[in-house]
Amino acid sequence: MISMACNIAGVAFKNPIIMASGTFGFGREYAEFYSPELLGGIVGKGLTLHPKAGNMGSRIHETASGMLNSVGLENPGVAAFLKDELDDMTRWNTAVIANVGGSNLEEYVQAAAMITENAQKRRTMNRRGVDMLELNISCPNVKQGGMQFGIQTEVARDVVRQVRNVTALPLVVKLSPNAENITQMAVMCEEEGADGVSLINTFSAMKIDIRRRRSVFANTYAGLSGPAIKPIALRMVHQVAQAVSIPVIGMGGISSVEDIIEFIMAGAAAIQVGTYNFVHLHAGSELVYGLEQWMQREKVQSLDEIRGIL
Amino acid sequence: MANVISNVALVPGIYVMKIEGNFRGRMGQFYMLRSGRNYPLLPRPISIYDIGEDYISFLYRVVGEGTSLFSQLQPGQEIQLEGPFGNGFPQVEGSLALVGGGMGTAPLLLAAKHYPHAHVYLGFVQQAFGVEAFEAVAASVQVKVGGSIIEQVDPAHYVNMFSCGPTPMLQALAMKTEGTSSRLYISTERHMACGIGACLGCTMRTREGNRRVCKEGPVFPVEEVEFDDLHGV
Repeated sequence: MISMACNIAGVAFKNPIIMASGTFGFGREYAEFYSPELLGGIVGKGLTLHPKAGNMGSRIHETASGMLNSVGLENPGVAAFLKDELDDMTRWNTAVIANVGGSNLEEYVQAAAMITENAQKRRTMNRRGVDMLELNISCPNVKQGGMQFGIQTEVARDVVRQVRNVTALPLVVKLSPNAENITQMAVMCEEEGADGVSLINTFSAMKIDIRRRRSVFANTYAGLSGPAIKPIALRMVHQVAQAVSIPVIGMGGISSVEDIIEFIMAGAAAIQVGTYNFVHLHAGSELVYGLEQWMQREKVQSLDEIRGIL
Repeated sequence: MANVISNVALVPGIYVMKIEGNFRGRMGQFYMLRSGRNYPLLPRPISIYDIGEDYISFLYRVVGEGTSLFSQLQPGQEIQLEGPFGNGFPQVEGSLALVGGGMGTAPLLLAAKHYPHAHVYLGFVQQAFGVEAFEAVAASVQVKVGGSIIEQVDPAHYVNMFSCGPTPMLQALAMKTEGTSSRLYISTERHMACGIGACLGCTMRTREGNRRVCKEGPVFPVEEVEFDDLHGV
């Protein structure tokens, strides 16, 4: 009997395929095309304490085997998420992960505290709440906050420590490939009591409109994702998985079952799918069924058999 | 996946691709089209040009790598398409003008078929294309090559107007419509990734706040549109 199930910090995932923040909305849009219940989990759109309008002008540009985005964390804010989106997200039998960003330390802490309090309150009413927090210290598309926290380990330490102090929810920290030392960053997260790390977020990158002689993006730089970054992401996941004992959730350009297997072999406990959701509307269901078929074909009963074998 | 029936250049660089199948879709809605295996990555949002019981067709211009691959598709070859997406043009009553500029004529053909009493205005920079398709279904068709088609449109004559085209053309029509009782709906365009409202890549600033071109649009009442934001893209 094949089992794709995995457990990260006490949260049960029926399979290791999780939809990455910012690429799956809060699940509702994709639910029109296939059931989110097929998935191991969903990370909601990146949230900030207060609503955020996001960046002006162009937000998307395709590159060779990838794409640049400069959405800038457009989101309804934590309170509106808890009020308007969470009921829908928890209706599906799949793990619900809230991704939290901030412009300053206090915003991170307040947002995490609000979500935690809400989850506890819902639990007392026998209702599901957010299962896990993903702390976003790595968004390259916001001028204040976001990635600035994700570059220097000692700056990030404060955020992780203070958020850890206010939340009993399982806490995963999403790391930036732009970090000065991503392995050191992951080790710090473990030291500060994070339950896991997820990596990698997008690379800070650029596209120039030579006709207009200016950057395509109002923010000058944007975040690069997609198959173009996969080999680098895989290397970083491999390095981090060897350096920490907490679970590593791998992501970065995953676009096939073979890509998933590579990340698992590199040591990932689970994986996230981002840009591929845009390539194929049914990416999630295709990968879940494809992974099951691969395991049957290769006679792999559990992903533990291949996890971290390199 | 669906089979291409035909893929013909109307003028150099501008094609109509007809695809086999029973597809749904209303005037002003779009599909996300993709061909090729790995590259380009993202599907392209293309307005429905025409639709019948056993086909759907798309008018497109070869702009980059994605549309270049489309132009190479031969009858019998496969293309990936998902849709219909977007809100489309609203159901309206009374007199109607359809004002299209260049590739902006594409989403108006279905509207012309839906409203045979509509007056059609088509403007082109260098060379007209697709005019015959409108002439076959519309009450009247006026065409201008070079200059502005907007000069020929009198909004006071119409209860409703649907328009699609370059931003300066849309803005000129909006200015001309101001102070009249004509209701103008314009179809907008933005780079998209998901096409279904999840990625927020196509978000546009409007007077009603942020709107997703793929989900709340691409058609907006002109009062909502911030032309400054459209120009910025």
